[in-house]
Amino acid sequence: MLAYLIRRLGAVFVMVLVVLLTTFVIFYMLPKWAGQDLAVLFAGKNSGAEQLEGIREKLGLSDPLFVQFWDFVRGIPFGRTFANGDDVTNCPAPCLGYSFRTEAPVWDTLKDALPVTGAMAGGAAVLWLVGGVTSGVISALKRGTVWDRSAMVAALSGVSMPIFFTGMIMMGIFVHSLGWIHIDDTLTSQDSLGTWVESLILPWIVLAFLHAAMYARLTRATMLEVLGEDYIRTARAKGVTEPVVIRRHALRSTMTPILTVFGLDLGVLMGGAILTEVTFNLPGLGNEAVKAIDGKDLPMILGVTLCAALAIAIANLVVDLMYAVIDPRVRLG
Amino acid sequence: MTAPMHDTPTDVAEAAPVEVAAEPAAKKVEGRSLKQIAWNRLKQDKVALAGGIVVVLLVVVSVFAPVIVGLLGHPPNEGNLDQLEDLTNLPKGALGGINGDFLFGVEPNTGRDVFSRIVYGARISMLVAVLAAAVAVVLGTLFGIMAGFFGGWVDAVISRVMDVLLSFPQLLFIIALVSVLPDDLLGLTGSGVRIATLVLVIGLFGWPYIGRIVRGQTLSLREREYVEAARSLGGGARHILFRELLPNLVAPITVYTTLMIPTNILTEAALSFLGAGVRPPTASWGGMLRDALSVYEHDPMFMVFPGLAIFLTVLAFNLFGDGLRDALDPKGTR
Repeated sequence: MLAYLIRRLGAVFVMVLVVLLTTFVIFYMLPKWAGQDLAVLFAGKNSGAEQLEGIREKLGLSDPLFVQFWDFVRGIPFGRTFANGDDVTNCPAPCLGYSFRTEAPVWDTLKDALPVTGAMAGGAAVLWLVGGVTSGVISALKRGTVWDRSAMVAALSGVSMPIFFTGMIMMGIFVHSLGWIHIDDTLTSQDSLGTWVESLILPWIVLAFLHAAMYARLTRATMLEVLGEDYIRTARAKGVTEPVVIRRHALRSTMTPILTVFGLDLGVLMGGAILTEVTFNLPGLGNEAVKAIDGKDLPMILGVTLCAALAIAIANLVVDLMYAVIDPRVRLG
Repeated sequence: MTAPMHDTPTDVAEAAPVEVAAEPAAKKVEGRSLKQIAWNRLKQDKVALAGGIVVVLLVVVSVFAPVIVGLLGHPPNEGNLDQLEDLTNLPKGALGGINGDFLFGVEPNTGRDVFSRIVYGARISMLVAVLAAAVAVVLGTLFGIMAGFFGGWVDAVISRVMDVLLSFPQLLFIIALVSVLPDDLLGLTGSGVRIATLVLVIGLFGWPYIGRIVRGQTLSLREREYVEAARSLGGGARHILFRELLPNLVAPITVYTTLMIPTNILTEAALSFLGAGVRPPTASWGGMLRDALSVYEHDPMFMVFPGLAIFLTVLAFNLFGDGLRDALDPKGTR
């Protein structure tokens, strides 16, 4: 078990490193090939040659690519010192560099954005997992009935709806027309729980609707397959009551594929539900990412990519660990 | 975000090995090939057929966009300022300026004909989605079949590459990539570069989904007797891969292509919504929704048409794809 965990953590580490390296190469090399100067991106177009040279020296932009990458990676656990002669900036761990745009440490911005994205993704996940699985199970049990059909039509509609369209409809109704909800676009940890819930309730609903749709379809299909298995018949033949058959025998193995998808989805959302955050104008990772990209803010792009890749990798790892809990046949090792 | 892609686990189970090989012997007795059986099933599935009809309509609309707009609309990039209120720049009249002349109303601020832009937007959506799916299918099939057939280090390398691609924050990465790519590339200019970039990038991130399925199917198919027979008759790897295995993979690949197109349409719309899609003034549905985001408080009708266009297109493809999957499923009872 411990060996397995160490091996998997190693794999996560390598995976994140590969994603990071790819991003790094693309975003530090492509502008160069396209004839852009990173120092100019950092300092602005009106800077003098001397100033640019200073920035190049300080940020190490003239170093070979792999030296730059190594410096960047080493800065994450150990912190980093940017120096140009007497001009020394100390960047404590975890150092992800400084934003080209705001010159604030990248980590500070990420630290403020993470809770927003986390709360949004987490709350939505609870809603959709419960809603999707429940309606999927009911659909499977009442196969072919009106409930089943309408649930599946709703599910397919949910899957086919772009989230920014649903989001705009919800905003239009509840924020602009009825004025029931006010979304705080500067959500911070100082705000009260009520403000958080009020700002996040619409994103939760919209995200949950989209995902619940997929989970309902997935649950229904898996459940129908599981209900045809021999061990379900055996359980029924033993005289186990139907609710127990469903809950203890069928639902348990239905959960395995659902959990796989859940891990992936949650990871993707944690890494920045870009569309949702842009639609509702929430100050989360996704919105930071879009701002960073608009401003060609390379350190910020790298920072957000790192968070996103980490979130996806960790979510997958947790899911694999959960398999062993849910499915007793699975032995980790 | 990348919604329907995540249906994969069920889909894998449901699209289990499909035997297309029309055996001549069975044909004589039964008189029905699997293609015919599938077609008969599909014909009975009214919902899927309706989806299919909408898909065909959309293709017609995209191909004949100039003709349709010539008949029913105004040039897509022409501003009809006389249709706007003077002070607010909002469309005159109720419902976003819908009248006999402007079927879907006009855009606020610019006064461009919404109908024409929806019709031209269909072109971009279909073009990008279909071409990107083609890229994904070619790459996915090629690498999937090789990984499944050769196993060993070939499989290890291809599978790891697929894992890495799947754990990329895709949307984030694509918008970032599009933003740093230069506007002129390889002799293409303007919208051409953006369309080519979108196709390649969406295709590049899409192939692992097909690749995994093809790999899994190949793993089970390569142990079959007919593969052994082909090998003992002296068939080389290339013969077995493309003459023996590939025809048996056609059914699942077809189903996944149909189900991948709506995902790509959503991705393209999302990218245009975030400003990383085709460049304005080229019309795209996602781009229209992006424009609508700043004015829908005052002119809600403007967002309805592009939103509905995306929704109906994606829904139609999903319905058709689902029906196709059921029809091609050998375990199906319908």
